[in-house]
Amino acid sequence: MNFITEPWPWYIGGPAIAVVLFLLLFSEKQFGMSSNLRTLCAMAGAGKKTAFFNFEWRQYRWNLVVAIGAAVGGFIATTYMSDGSVGDIHQDVVLQLDAMGVRGAGKDFMPETFFNADAFSNPKTLALLALGGFLVGFGTRYAGGCTSGHAISGLSNLQLQSLIAVIGFFIGGLLMNHFLLPYLL
Amino acid sequence: MKRIMLYFSIGILFGITMIKSEAASWFRIYEMFQFKSFHMYGIIGAAVVLGVIITQSIKRFKLRSFFGEEIHIPNKTKLVKAPLFGGVIFGLGWALTGACPGPIYVLIGAGYFPLVVVLASALLGTYCYGVLRPKLPH
Repeated sequence: MNFITEPWPWYIGGPAIAVVLFLLLFSEKQFGMSSNLRTLCAMAGAGKKTAFFNFEWRQYRWNLVVAIGAAVGGFIATTYMSDGSVGDIHQDVVLQLDAMGVRGAGKDFMPETFFNADAFSNPKTLALLALGGFLVGFGTRYAGGCTSGHAISGLSNLQLQSLIAVIGFFIGGLLMNHFLLPYLL
Repeated sequence: MKRIMLYFSIGILFGITMIKSEAASWFRIYEMFQFKSFHMYGIIGAAVVLGVIITQSIKRFKLRSFFGEEIHIPNKTKLVKAPLFGGVIFGLGWALTGACPGPIYVLIGAGYFPLVVVLASALLGTYCYGVLRPKLPH
């Protein structure tokens, strides 16, 4: 297989994430992407009114640099490192999503209906994206971390509250996936 | 300046990994919550197994950073309610948008611009948490 243009199997992707964790720890930093949201709120001046955002955000600028790098990495991978193919999605999932009107599983990287420019002119899609984003922003800060901060860094540090958070991620995720999404889409 | 380039490069590696491994794919997240594929579990599992080895080696052997300093790994606070309630709320959003905070930046860079809406509302969500924090159980 061609590692530049074809999708990576899990046994390449997982270790690559561990390399990111390794590089950040040995740079005296932590792997946690959701703290950027708090830093951005603080930069915008939210600390004047709310104590939670009243901290020395300048010391977290490195994390914003990581986020900008992540966006550049996303551009590079999509533009220069892809032959347009995606990994196989289970046939049951493809059929199930088709029946709900979500097309492209196993063909596209993302469902076009939600994530191409047309979404901007579809009020329902915009509302769902806004709702999802709000839950992500509120939930990660409440939980004290996201998939990178709790599931990867926290579990690697054998922290009990990270395990609790990951269990919470799955309770919420399963609820949305099995019981709410069929009505929302 | 050197360090900034280091963090920038780490971010690029992270972004490439999120796309190439498809961990940033809405379809993959959906499939994971349907328990129809090992892919996402393999990614997270492999990252955590190696992460445990890396993190515990640093602590046990007191390994030093690239800059020669001791590596300090902070322990998070010992809370139960906050990670559980916050975790459930995040999980709902993760399964809806397919995006954790990291992939939001990656996907915007990859040209999926409606994620800008997700980023803006995630900032609003974080802000609302900050305001409501004194009233929430932790």
